[in-house]
Amino acid sequence: MLDWNILSFVTFLPLVGALLILLTGGKEEVAARNARQVALWTTLITFAVSLLIWINFDTAEAGFQFVEQGEWLGGGINYHMGIDGISMLFIILTTFLMPICILASWESIGTRVREYMIAFLIMETLMIGVFCALDMVLFYLFFEAGLIPMFLIIGIWGGGNRVYASFKFFLYTLVGSVLMLAAMITMYVIVGTTDIPTLMAYNFGVDLQFWLWLAFFASFAVKVPMWPVHTWLPDAHVQAPTAGSVILAGVLLKMGGYGFLRFSIPMFPDASQYFAPMVFGLSVIAIIYTSLVALVQKDMKKLIAYSSVAHMGFITIGVFTFTQQGLEGGILQMISHGIVSGALFLCVGVIYDRIHTREIARYGGLVHRMPRYAVIFMIFTMATVGLPGTSGFVGEFLILVGAYQVSTWTAFLATTGVILGAAYSLYLYRRVVFGELVKEDLKSIVDVNKREMAIFIPLIAVAMWIGIYPDPFLDVMHASVTSLMEQHQLALDATNSTLHAAK
Amino acid sequence: MVLPEFSIALPEIFLAAAAMFLLMFGVFKGKDATGPVSWLAVLSLIITAVLVVMGGSDTQLTFSDLYRSDAFGNFMKILALGASILAIIMSMDFNKREKMDRFEFPILIVIASLGMMVMISANDLMSLYMGIELMSLSLYVTAAFRRDSIRSTEAGLKYFVLGALSSGMLLYGCSLIYGFTGSTNFDAIAGIVAGEHGHISLGLLVGIVFLIAGLAFKVSAVPFHMWTPDVYEGVPTPVTAFFATAPKIAGMALFMRTFLIPFGDAVGQWQQIIIFVSIASMILGAFAAINQKNIKRLMAYSSIGHIGYALVGLAAGTEEGVRGVLVYLSIYVVMNIGTFAIILSMRQKDGMVEDISELAGLGKKRPVMAFLLMVFMFSLAGVPPLAGFFGKFYVFVAAINSGLYALAIIGLLASVVGAFYYIRIVKIMYFDDEKEGFKPANRTLTWIMGGAGIFTALFFLYPAPLLSSAAAAAAVLFQ
Repeated sequence: MLDWNILSFVTFLPLVGALLILLTGGKEEVAARNARQVALWTTLITFAVSLLIWINFDTAEAGFQFVEQGEWLGGGINYHMGIDGISMLFIILTTFLMPICILASWESIGTRVREYMIAFLIMETLMIGVFCALDMVLFYLFFEAGLIPMFLIIGIWGGGNRVYASFKFFLYTLVGSVLMLAAMITMYVIVGTTDIPTLMAYNFGVDLQFWLWLAFFASFAVKVPMWPVHTWLPDAHVQAPTAGSVILAGVLLKMGGYGFLRFSIPMFPDASQYFAPMVFGLSVIAIIYTSLVALVQKDMKKLIAYSSVAHMGFITIGVFTFTQQGLEGGILQMISHGIVSGALFLCVGVIYDRIHTREIARYGGLVHRMPRYAVIFMIFTMATVGLPGTSGFVGEFLILVGAYQVSTWTAFLATTGVILGAAYSLYLYRRVVFGELVKEDLKSIVDVNKREMAIFIPLIAVAMWIGIYPDPFLDVMHASVTSLMEQHQLALDATNSTLHAAK
Repeated sequence: MVLPEFSIALPEIFLAAAAMFLLMFGVFKGKDATGPVSWLAVLSLIITAVLVVMGGSDTQLTFSDLYRSDAFGNFMKILALGASILAIIMSMDFNKREKMDRFEFPILIVIASLGMMVMISANDLMSLYMGIELMSLSLYVTAAFRRDSIRSTEAGLKYFVLGALSSGMLLYGCSLIYGFTGSTNFDAIAGIVAGEHGHISLGLLVGIVFLIAGLAFKVSAVPFHMWTPDVYEGVPTPVTAFFATAPKIAGMALFMRTFLIPFGDAVGQWQQIIIFVSIASMILGAFAAINQKNIKRLMAYSSIGHIGYALVGLAAGTEEGVRGVLVYLSIYVVMNIGTFAIILSMRQKDGMVEDISELAGLGKKRPVMAFLLMVFMFSLAGVPPLAGFFGKFYVFVAAINSGLYALAIIGLLASVVGAFYYIRIVKIMYFDDEKEGFKPANRTLTWIMGGAGIFTALFFLYPAPLLSSAAAAAAVLFQ
């Protein structure tokens, strides 16, 4: 164990970088160059420090580690940070993706570079904070505050219809969140504290659990997003700049899944059990329906956005199976999806930077001019399809194993999504990369440069690592997932026995 | 004959004397009196605030129990005085430029502040009415202060006619309360209401309803809000800034004191009315602001909505609720002062502008000002980690603790609708193409908006002082 407050350090380190950028002035070009350098180094250092968390993480411990506590608002609301096997990997995912996002914006962002980098660094602080917070109000603070920089990132540096997309993103998420806030306040009033570990140990009445569960679900379902509240996602993804899409798909969506694991399941076990079939139903609809929608998309980013909804459907199924395989598969799939879908958005970004269109029909035959790009894109297409040996396979396989133990039909229907996923991914790949090179402006297109290779190589390495040897990732979560399941089963047994006693 | 204990009301006595002195000073000084009078007015308000603090926070009664000094009153007085001081400072440059720099203006604000202090310390229906009228009459005059402007005089007249009507209703309510309880003193009424064990007579209830109507007008709560948008838009901007802050604090203080001391044992009787007023204000404030093009009008609807949120805490009827209201109002005042400092800086070469579309592209032209306005807008919308979120959080905690789930959920959903028009301003500043832009803000306004911005943005780092002093003030009403 480290004896300094490493979680707070990692969380607030990006803010230091943001302050440095704020202080650098000078001519616009010089300021932009400085801002890029500062942002890159800050995110790299943050990543390096966050690896210390992983190295010092005790995989045998099921409870919270690196715990920090301090006075804050008073009245049972305190500054409380800590991580367990469930949240640890999300922090690494965030710090891992951030330098890549900065590099991806190196040339494509030419206006207001300082503000852009500051917004991203603030975003990083808020995202890490969400996964570290062990106090509900603190969690809500990080969770909601993230809306502000993301709203600005989409609205200022986004595409043509950015205003609509940014408003939709902001208001959709806010509606869900205020309902969650009402539930949080209710829990605070009953228990007298917003401390998450205390609330996990508290037994809420079964009737109350249903209401609280639904209120939390309103927020997390929008964030994940689940069908039918997913419609903000395609708009936001299409309009956001490439790095914004990476952050959205890579980390923001995971906050919903993380929320289920941190709040819904441990705090409302009976309600989670009761509503699990509904979650399965919505997830299966999401998988099949959005996969079909993805098949007919004309815009590349939109297609990947819909595929994200489908993949997140797998994750919600896995989480609500309450089995070891399902839960671990769900978490691993979140990490994998964060890397793979982020990489796919970056792939789109590469050709968008060159041709400035995302329309699939405008491409074709890229393999002739861009062999390296074709290979990279192929690897990530296979990863999103779930080919064995890539990260997508391990997560999906575990989820389906878990789902099969609970509901055969869910597993069966979800598996059709794997086939549909292969269909739309390969169809996209064929239309963009293969075929004759006929378009005039594509004949002079250049292959990925060194900077872009630097972006993709770590992503490929991690995607293959998880696919071939996922043990280091699964080891981290075993203890925490097992204890989550045990607690869940104990709570269910307790409720059953009181029901029998009542009879 | 026994003289009353004057020292308890020393701040008010000092301020009254200062106002008269300033009036004389202004008359004898003649031309060029405005500048010195303004600064002297600020100074006397600061001295008054110091006297309030030095008076101590023990509960003391004087003037045959007409006047009460306590921690709750001190808290609200400091808040109201602070808002008045900033309103005078913000008005100086504007008044000079718009050729309305007459020395009566700061004096009227001083007299209005005196009225507010009497309202806040009222312990009797008589002193309550006296305070309200002293404040209102000064406000009517400030509203119509720009005599050569049709808009300003129209706003002043409208405010006067409707205000007089509401004072009439309030007075009628007071007379009914006196008729059915036999006393005008808050403590005496409280004793009688407590004796009736929550089942108060119908006449008294009608009196309470009239009292609520009169007070709701003063804080511009729905359905007595009609004057607000027109008056806010019509009066000179520094007056709008003043109207949006100090009188609301005094009005809410009166609301809390009258309903929790004399009628504290009849919560069940008036709670439904407050809940209705609160919900209606929050919803109207959220929806009606969406289509506004004038920023002062938008702030008028915004203030209606915010009073609705503050009333959520009162509806809870608990100590926790009062603390929530106090926290809410403190934060509200800071956010509003900051926002109006920016509105007062919306100056182009042809003079002041009030159209929201003129903010377009401010993010590029004046990055600091745009950033501050963005902070205020997100804070008014209640997005964490800005101060506005904590204000909302504490009133909703109180509401849910009192079992008012529907009120809390409606309020939270209304805040999402409200967020739409606040972020629309952010959108105009940052996403739209540039327009003419504004002239640089003057130094005092820059300091005020900067200070308010820092408070709003960094409140979450060290919230303890405000939370604990609000808790101490709220406890007084429940002894």
